[in-house]
Amino acid sequence: MEVLGKPLVRKEDAALLSGRGRYADDIAEPKRTLQAHVIRSPHAHAMIGRIDARAALEIPGVVAVITGEDIAKISDPFLVAVKADVPQWSLAVERVRYVGEPVALVLAETRYIAEDAGEAVEIEYQQLPAIIDLRAAREKTSALVHESAKSNEVHTRAFTYGDPDAAFKAAHKIVKMTSEFPRQSFMPMECFVVVSEYRPADDSYEVMANFQGPFSTQPVMARACRVPGTRFRIKTPADSGGSFGIKLSVFPFMVLCGLASKIVGRPVKWVEDRLEHLVAASSGPNRITEVEAAVDKDGRITALKLDQIEDYGAFLRAPMPGPLYRMHGALTGAYAIQNLSVVSRVVMTNKMPSALIRGFGGPQMYLTLERLVQMIAREMGLDHLEVIKRNLIPAGSFPYKTAAGSLFDSGDYPRCVELATGGGRLEALMKRRDDARKSGKYYGIGFAAVVEPAMSNMGYLSTLLSPEAREKAGPKNGAVSLASVRVDALGAVSVTADCVVCGQGHETVLAQIVAEQLGLRIEDITVNLELDTANSDWSIAAGTYSCRFTPGTAVAAHIAAQRIRDKLSRIAAKQLNVLHTDIEFVKGKIRSKSNPDNAMAFGRVAGTAHWSPIMLPDGMDPALRETAVWAPPELTPPSHDDRINTSLTYGFVFDMCGVEIDPVTCEVKVEKYVSMHDAGRLLNPLIAEGQIRGAFVQGLATALYEEFVYDDGGSFLTGTFADYVVPTATELPELELMHIESPSPFTPLGAKGLAEGNCMSTPACIANAIADALGVENVQLPATPARINAMISGEEPARPAHVAPRQGIASAGTGGAKQKDARQIKGSGSVQVSASPEKVWEALLDPENLKSVIPGCHALEVVGPNDYRAEVSLGVGIIRGRFKAQVKLTDLKPNQSGRLGGSISGPLGNSSGTGLLKLVPDGGGTRIDYDYEVAVFGKAAAVGGRMIEGAAQIVISQFFAAFGRKLGGAPEKKSLAKRLGSLWGGKGTTK
Amino acid sequence: MKPRAFDYVRPDTVAEAVDILAEYGDDARIMAGGQSLMAILNLRMAEPKVIVDIGGHTAFKGIKVANGFLEVGASVTQNELMNWPDLAKTSPLLAKALPWVGHFQTRNRGTVCGSLSHADPSSEIPLSLATLGGEVVLRSKRGERVVAAEEFQTGMLSTSREPDEMMVAARFPIAANLKRAAFREVARRHGDFAILALAAVAETDTSVRLGIGGLADRPVATRIDASSKSAIADALGTLAWELEGSDDIHATARYRRDLLRRMGPIVIEEAISCAA
Repeated sequence: MEVLGKPLVRKEDAALLSGRGRYADDIAEPKRTLQAHVIRSPHAHAMIGRIDARAALEIPGVVAVITGEDIAKISDPFLVAVKADVPQWSLAVERVRYVGEPVALVLAETRYIAEDAGEAVEIEYQQLPAIIDLRAAREKTSALVHESAKSNEVHTRAFTYGDPDAAFKAAHKIVKMTSEFPRQSFMPMECFVVVSEYRPADDSYEVMANFQGPFSTQPVMARACRVPGTRFRIKTPADSGGSFGIKLSVFPFMVLCGLASKIVGRPVKWVEDRLEHLVAASSGPNRITEVEAAVDKDGRITALKLDQIEDYGAFLRAPMPGPLYRMHGALTGAYAIQNLSVVSRVVMTNKMPSALIRGFGGPQMYLTLERLVQMIAREMGLDHLEVIKRNLIPAGSFPYKTAAGSLFDSGDYPRCVELATGGGRLEALMKRRDDARKSGKYYGIGFAAVVEPAMSNMGYLSTLLSPEAREKAGPKNGAVSLASVRVDALGAVSVTADCVVCGQGHETVLAQIVAEQLGLRIEDITVNLELDTANSDWSIAAGTYSCRFTPGTAVAAHIAAQRIRDKLSRIAAKQLNVLHTDIEFVKGKIRSKSNPDNAMAFGRVAGTAHWSPIMLPDGMDPALRETAVWAPPELTPPSHDDRINTSLTYGFVFDMCGVEIDPVTCEVKVEKYVSMHDAGRLLNPLIAEGQIRGAFVQGLATALYEEFVYDDGGSFLTGTFADYVVPTATELPELELMHIESPSPFTPLGAKGLAEGNCMSTPACIANAIADALGVENVQLPATPARINAMISGEEPARPAHVAPRQGIASAGTGGAKQKDARQIKGSGSVQVSASPEKVWEALLDPENLKSVIPGCHALEVVGPNDYRAEVSLGVGIIRGRFKAQVKLTDLKPNQSGRLGGSISGPLGNSSGTGLLKLVPDGGGTRIDYDYEVAVFGKAAAVGGRMIEGAAQIVISQFFAAFGRKLGGAPEKKSLAKRLGSLWGGKGTTK
Repeated sequence: MKPRAFDYVRPDTVAEAVDILAEYGDDARIMAGGQSLMAILNLRMAEPKVIVDIGGHTAFKGIKVANGFLEVGASVTQNELMNWPDLAKTSPLLAKALPWVGHFQTRNRGTVCGSLSHADPSSEIPLSLATLGGEVVLRSKRGERVVAAEEFQTGMLSTSREPDEMMVAARFPIAANLKRAAFREVARRHGDFAILALAAVAETDTSVRLGIGGLADRPVATRIDASSKSAIADALGTLAWELEGSDDIHATARYRRDLLRRMGPIVIEEAISCAA
């Protein structure tokens, strides 16, 4: 091996690191292109009322405002894999089902103008109950996300392999647990970009987008636009700012911009911004798994029962519910367990739709399985590592057929464990743990063993159908890979392939594969991965996902290069007068092995194929272009008894880590992390390391940092990078990487996928270490300091008698682990005024008075008895926004009490709330006591982070303070500084 | 995330800047480093008509020691102050606090006075100013006034600055009894807004100024009797409930109070144990 298998620096890097990348947004757009801005729902669940775009359309430069109604007229809903009635168009039709769902599209000459216009579009919503909690969504009494689907659980299938019931009956012990995997995503630096152009002449769409595939979605897009696939042309750019699965989910916008272009007759460009991306691009599914293991007296697992409940959010985007079935054949992980029962459930909620994400079902599954193994050890008083070892699939049993039908190709799991824990590594960790514990610290050691699948069987998703339904529909299976190698008349070599650039270094590896065959350097090979469905080689399996590159596309390129090599050998053999089996390719020469001086330059031989067909061996076609199709036979359809080989190759990852938890701050510090990989043959160890490190960081993010948070009302709360915390270089521990190579017998290169393994292993490994450190059963991820604190800090010291509870936010004092209702702001307060209750009552019912006390009120209009519309400017400090307000007084008990209800809406978001006012006679005056509840939706909730509660409180207290001042009093306001005593002599203001 | 249209002015003098403020009041906003303001503008969460950009302008710069203060000009960046050679000996608290402010990239642009003007409840610089008992200098066409830290920040993102005033300098006291200092904070990641930030200055071996950020709607500074461990614990236990804290998605109020009770004694001890 001259080139392949070497740690070569990536061909891509020079351009990317010097600012010369060619990303989607860098590509020149067609003339007359309009810029689009998406207006999104502030509500998790609501009926869409009137959409009034008149004011927006008056803004110079605004061309159109397109609504769901317009879209539904000219397109069909996207196809869905599950047989459930959950229609989705590229804009919301009639109803919104998650915060951030696209409701309307503004088209204007610039993005600035489009966003100005977006603020001027008025949309009425009638809010519906939001279905957020996954467990509650399954209850019979739950409101429905899709009434047409009749249930929020839109898919349920149960599977049994072997005889789990008998195994559970015979079990020495049964260990049960529930695992909950959080909702999160991985963040590409580059957000979605689409340029779509509709061509009326032939009723076709041309779309440039940073779409990553799978191209099985291409027919879904074409069908939505009511055209054959050949008239929905997709082009992808040369470079990518990251994908991680998320860039599948640009596809509804490719359709939306295409349809918009059809409506306005001009090309349409849309660039997603970070707020949009965080709020509504795509999420990995959160999953609850109930798991039970039947265990023998030695800690060997004899059977597993799994009930997997997965939250797909508001819609099922093709190819969902992939994460639930992608791992199906490998559900028993690295362990020799032949009895298995599993129930898989797909549930809809009012959250952003779930879709592709690096790891794709593996992280959810392994958090369950690997935590379970640790629990088994704990409950049986056994050593965790020992339980892992006793259950591992033994060396020498490959290819190994799993209970659910996967065919594990190769490996030596026990050896990986021995190597990773050997060399004094485990002993050092145990000593570290002993020392730390002796000095009063929390320290834990975690392990995780993970089988990492690569290149999904296109038939895996059909496992969700019953065998009868599959029979009817016809079998689905396989995974096609395509690559082409061309050599021009001067011997320059070029490669194209069916993968999409996502930043992994595919160009380099393809160049290595081809260079290896042709005796060239990677600099001699030009790789172009700009996919164009109108003239590239692609199939429905094309794209970059499920680690299909190494076992798939790379193999196709290898085969194509071999064919070119063979052809060149025969051409050269004829000219060199030797047998073609005597030909070798070395350093740009094609020569006789037995007589190396008998040689021709590579380019010269190549030129023959183009310029001199007459010199070619008999029957040989001229030119040098080979397209290889690779379709491994192991990827068979699901069997009658539901066994499915879900992937082609299966690598192995064994992780070990030590974590220290600071008893003061409750921060989790990963002190040591060892990750052992067997990914078969490594095609480029440097790129392999980069991929593993990237997956590790994302695994660490799952374990400790990243989570999409919704409140109970469905508001999305993590709309900035201050709230959705992606770990940075500062947060990264050192990672020790190890490898062995057990080549896959199922691919000619022997290489397996390796870029997702640590997304699967690292969350489980760190969770196990935390469980070990704290001696707890449940570890909720991400394990934030606040969550750790809730686990270990016990009862809080009581409030000293002399410290009165603070006025205002009521929830603050409770302070349990529950954080999710943070945006349901509750509070109370009181103001003392010198006016009598009768006077106060009069003032309360007087619109003129209300106008003067509602903060920032510009105009107040009486629309009915005690029913007002107002225009207000509200804010705190520099943050300020214009809102339309509705205020209504109800439950009026004259001179005693009343309820003040209302809502505000504006570009910053929406809010609704009620306040109960009580007038209590006090001396000659009145004490006004108030309790309020406020909910905040939309942008303010998404980006308000730490501020929103305080801001609501300030606005409300402004109202009562003003009201009080009007009636001759001041609120009982004791400033913090005053309460604590003026400190440093209280200089105050001086001139 | 494109801002609304605004006018952009780059004044050359303080007089020019305050003229604009006098004309536009609340509709004008000074931008120094833009590290908070730019994001707010792009999110369309504020709508100033005029942005008065003093960033990087030498007319607004200057770090000097005068009258018992370290005085920092309006456009001095956090990194400029952090890298000022005399900082560690002049203001040990600031030297310890500044590395916690954002990241070096944001400190290259973010300014000391900008952070004070923005008045985030968990920011390190307002916390340092409060703990040291510093003051800010506000200038308007009407004249100049000096406002003590505790009177300046009035709540979340709120200050007592009048709409026609600009902060021309911040003054950090540098008295001899303010040299024994400690600073610590807990955040989800380094450089994030603090869940809890603590600044301590040991005036004597038994009396410590403690500044707390992230718990209330503004930094709070108080004097702690550090004569015994139990006195410290009592004081912190009371403070925790007085300030109470709030829940947000990163932390519960309970956790914030626990942090104060557990981390407070450590920071106080650390300040006391500093060499005078």
